[in-house]
Amino acid sequence: MSQNKSLSLSRRNFLKTSLLAGGGMLIGFNFLSACKPEAILPIDISNLNFNDFNAFIKISDEGYITIFSPNPEIGQGVKTSMPMIIAEELDVAWEKVSVAQGFYDPKNYQRQVAGGSQSIRFGWDALRQTGATTKQMLVNAAAIQWGVEPNTCFASQGNITNANGDTLGYGEVVKVAANLEVPENINLKDPKDFKIIGHDIINVDIQKIITGDPLFGIDYSSEGMVYASVLRPPAFGNKLTSFDDQITKSINGVTEVIKFGDKIAVLGTNTWAVMKGKKALVAHWENETKLESTDDHNFELFKILNGNKFETNREDGNVETAFKDADKIIERTYESPFLPHNCMEPMNFYANVTDKKVHLVGPIQTPAWTSGKIAKILNRKPEEIHLEMTRMGGGFGRRLYGDFAEEAAQISNIAKKPIQVIFSREDDMAAGTYRPAIKYRIKAAIKEGKLTAYHLKEAAINGNMYGLIANFFPAGCVPNYRVSTANYKSNITTGAWRAPFTNFLAFAEQSFFSEIATELDKDHPQLIIDLLQNVKGTADERIQYSPERMEETINLVIKKSNWGKTPEGVYQGFSAYYSHNTHVAEVADVELKNGMPVVKKVTVAVDCGIVVNPLGAKNQVEGGVIDGIGHAMYGDLSFKKGTPQSVNFDKYRLIRMEETPEVKTYFVENNLSPTGLGEPGLPPAGGAVANAIYKATGERLLKQPFINQLEISKSKLLG
Amino acid sequence: MPNYTLNINGKKITVNADEDTPLLWVLRDELSLKGTKFGCGIAQCGACTVHINDSAVRSCSLPVSSISGESITTIEGLSETGTHPVQLAWKEIDVPQCGYCQAGQIMTASAFLKEKPKPTKDEIREAMHGNICRCASYNRIEKAVKLAAKNS
Repeated sequence: MSQNKSLSLSRRNFLKTSLLAGGGMLIGFNFLSACKPEAILPIDISNLNFNDFNAFIKISDEGYITIFSPNPEIGQGVKTSMPMIIAEELDVAWEKVSVAQGFYDPKNYQRQVAGGSQSIRFGWDALRQTGATTKQMLVNAAAIQWGVEPNTCFASQGNITNANGDTLGYGEVVKVAANLEVPENINLKDPKDFKIIGHDIINVDIQKIITGDPLFGIDYSSEGMVYASVLRPPAFGNKLTSFDDQITKSINGVTEVIKFGDKIAVLGTNTWAVMKGKKALVAHWENETKLESTDDHNFELFKILNGNKFETNREDGNVETAFKDADKIIERTYESPFLPHNCMEPMNFYANVTDKKVHLVGPIQTPAWTSGKIAKILNRKPEEIHLEMTRMGGGFGRRLYGDFAEEAAQISNIAKKPIQVIFSREDDMAAGTYRPAIKYRIKAAIKEGKLTAYHLKEAAINGNMYGLIANFFPAGCVPNYRVSTANYKSNITTGAWRAPFTNFLAFAEQSFFSEIATELDKDHPQLIIDLLQNVKGTADERIQYSPERMEETINLVIKKSNWGKTPEGVYQGFSAYYSHNTHVAEVADVELKNGMPVVKKVTVAVDCGIVVNPLGAKNQVEGGVIDGIGHAMYGDLSFKKGTPQSVNFDKYRLIRMEETPEVKTYFVENNLSPTGLGEPGLPPAGGAVANAIYKATGERLLKQPFINQLEISKSKLLG
Repeated sequence: MPNYTLNINGKKITVNADEDTPLLWVLRDELSLKGTKFGCGIAQCGACTVHINDSAVRSCSLPVSSISGESITTIEGLSETGTHPVQLAWKEIDVPQCGYCQAGQIMTASAFLKEKPKPTKDEIREAMHGNICRCASYNRIEKAVKLAAKNS
């Protein structure tokens, strides 16, 4: 039995091998270069502790492969696509691979996050090296067994062959392989030889999903666990003064009522009892801070836009002079509302706080951050926190914030028993970390038929666009360019929402470019392509996007969508956007039905480099596009005196089947390293639809959700 | 609390619950049948769909006391091993993303196909309109329902 005691930095993605008592070989490796050097592999399977590594490959004596992956799965597909990359370089048949979810351990790892569409991009090299190195160890073992040189042996599909025509299965050499040194300088496959990458692979959890097996956090339970429903302040700015729980305590199944901070938890033996018990609480609140309404936010954000207190995120040339010299100036203001995330699985978390340890189970995108916060709140050592991640019924950014897990831990700490906090849908929508309302004002200068200056102002709530965004298109394309930001601090909790900032900014900019194109009497995609020429070969390293890749993506969507060649009654709108390292261009086809525009089809072109799993990739892009359309059309969360005005699906409209267009997705073919797809499909969708609706109705949509303006126009049209 | 004898997935089961308890919570909390999901609690999203005598019903809004001897089928009882034509089609098309709403989608689709074995595209979209999928797998749901109709 060999155990590599130290992991050098150059090999820190790897690799500790161990022979398993029960047969087979175990290899520990690191998905995201996050493993601390001192992490140690368990000695045998009976002591197997999945927390000790980011991931494992287990190869059984029979040649079956298990890949343990503790990376959070929120529906973005990494639980399928990341193991695919290992299996490719390991060169095994996918049918022999199974994937299991591992846990999280704050002691041994530095980063296990689902967010920012970065898992595949960061994981690509490490995952390939892991598979290829493991394969080489198996080849070396076979060579020893045969008494030949490893370079005369060849591995494929789980078997190793030599020049004499002898064959050994991976399972037959694992015992020897486990004792070998980890080789370095491994050759990776030529992408043209890929057998798994680039092929359609079905979701690894499909069987459990279609048969209703417990998979999600909300499905978890333990011996003696009670349920907890929490009454939180009904308005942002409220503080609890007193409450009466007499009726609550008389409800069958309610066992306990616990006050913690400004919240009251009702505990009981079943979910229905605690939800009823919560409704029966009589609580009194006072206003600690101002209770804000949507009207207040509109006033404050316009005050910012009309003022001059901005930070400058990027400035090129001389914007003032360019506007002074312009033949024409175009200026538009775009407005968006707050949005809740509305994961289909409402927020929930299990906690069992005992003197020995803090056991947490549930859906969380940020196990490290959340464990750390809980350790602090409970005044416990980080190593006492044991967190297990479950498959998540959606994330969209909401599960980056562990407030629900903190509540569970606090309640269990007081109740001294295992509890599961469960949000009702109303709780989920009223206690959000919302996409904040934002207003953009964009101003362009045109001189002699050319765009000479571009000034984007952002007025947002609680925070502004992250640094890179000012270096997205059209940065570098326009000689005089400025991005200015300012924000208003609100007591309403806000946070990341699928494709933060760009989910709305892309709509604003691509609608604005459509207007510029109309003004210049140019085709919209051609205008973008013309502008992209200005940034080609730039020495400016701040520029995030590739003009060449964007141009190719646009050309693909033009071709595939029959841009400009549609039959009468079909109106097309274009939009292109780079975000999360992926280039996307979309064309929406809109028709009019009873005076209302209907989105019939969206054609999408994507450059994400190598497409690891085309089936999963298409699902991500399609879902992102429809999500983008749905929220641009219908998403609207307003506030009145600190209270959200729509807290369930009877009042809050999500896109449904009959509003869903056909989506056709095409990938730019190249051999560049892959980038993520969880978010980039979404941002361009709203702009493509708005630009198509303009063609259909002549009306420019400047405010989301579109449905409000469309309903007004329809009623005017129909008199 | 009164006792109720329910006929769930072909088995007679007696549960003790308050009369207003929705079937959803009886299934999940009392019987540990976790496949039926909670989404909204007001019959708006379809995540909690089960069959009552072959009809798709929202279990989050159906009090246990209103059921008397009807045959209840949950996702766990739709087939022994996940081989109902709708389940097989869901797999072949790779419908799910996060997967949370899919049990409800499958239960709505299977009840619909029993009533209308050869539906048109528009009929499928109308029948499935009541089930929300936040990941927006709608187009694959439509394809899978069509495929299941073909294969049943």
